[in-house]
Amino acid sequence: MDIFSSALIPFLVLIILIYGYIKNIDIYNSFIEGAKEGLKTSLKIMPYLIAILVSIGIFKSSQAMDMIIYIFNPVMKLIGFPEEVFPLLLLRPISGSGALAAVKSIIEDYGPDSYQGRVASIMVGSSETIFYTMAIYFGSIGIKDHRHTLKAALISYIASIFATIFICNIFF
Amino acid sequence: MLNTIWFLLISIGIIYSIFNGTLVEINNVILQEAQEGVMFCISIIGIMSFWLGIMNIAEESGLLKKLSLGLRPIIRFLFPEIPKDHPAERWIIMNLIANMFGVGNGATAFGLKAMKEMNSLNRNKKRATNAMCMFLVINMSSVQLVPLTVLKIRYDYGSVNPSEIVGPGIIATSISTIVGILAVKFLEERY
Repeated sequence: MDIFSSALIPFLVLIILIYGYIKNIDIYNSFIEGAKEGLKTSLKIMPYLIAILVSIGIFKSSQAMDMIIYIFNPVMKLIGFPEEVFPLLLLRPISGSGALAAVKSIIEDYGPDSYQGRVASIMVGSSETIFYTMAIYFGSIGIKDHRHTLKAALISYIASIFATIFICNIFF
Repeated sequence: MLNTIWFLLISIGIIYSIFNGTLVEINNVILQEAQEGVMFCISIIGIMSFWLGIMNIAEESGLLKKLSLGLRPIIRFLFPEIPKDHPAERWIIMNLIANMFGVGNGATAFGLKAMKEMNSLNRNKKRATNAMCMFLVINMSSVQLVPLTVLKIRYDYGSVNPSEIVGPGIIATSISTIVGILAVKFLEERY
């Protein structure tokens, strides 16, 4: 898989260049035209990214999550969710790097082939960092009214949690 | 809603650290994370520019159009309001493909481009269109087939079979994506 994914990008670039050259496109200037947008877009998402990162940073460093975990643990037990994976469940929608760190520590503590390790591995792979994605995608074009996006994304996230537990119980 | 969550994250964080006695740390975190935001944006300028440049060639040469033909029925079904042959269609497809194969930075570049194209069809520039909501929810439900970073962690910690989670993972992420799509379709008339 590693070889496949590292060969993918160079191949893709090669095919695009060959096709463009054959079709008589001014590929060099076409590249420049497209690349100009990179700078603009990156700068446009900066304020949104700062807002999100600072808020998550404050929340994480305050260790308020411990309190939330303590409050909600009985509910988690009720639906059969392993309590060791609970921090990951809270972190996943808000922080990508935080979620990966959580997976690492779960796997370190319980082993990659434990129930907890498998649930964590599958969960983190089947969901995304919701707040970050929403903030920069909408931010980049200045959309203020997000309508039902967050609600639908959270519903989908909850579905991914139930799906993960259900599948882990069937497969392993 | 994002408004409320942002408020809760910061206010719970600060109030909790008052009682916890970790208020000093908050100062460092603010400084550090604000800088991290700037650094991240600067660090992706290069790779984003590269992908947008390369894909502009694919767009102008008509390759992107050709590649997207096969996936078009799915796009037509999910995004009925995007006119046939509109560039938004192709950037959405490129974003989803890049996401599937875990080309993260490329995916972001194409995704932002797709948003821009969808916004060109938008009559009220402050308000998200149905297509945008659908696109984002699919994106946020994750469409990645093989989570390479997770496999790497599992491998590093000596899993007997690091990739045993790939199949179950694809099922889980498909379920969450389908539920997301249904949720968007159901909710879009109410908002």
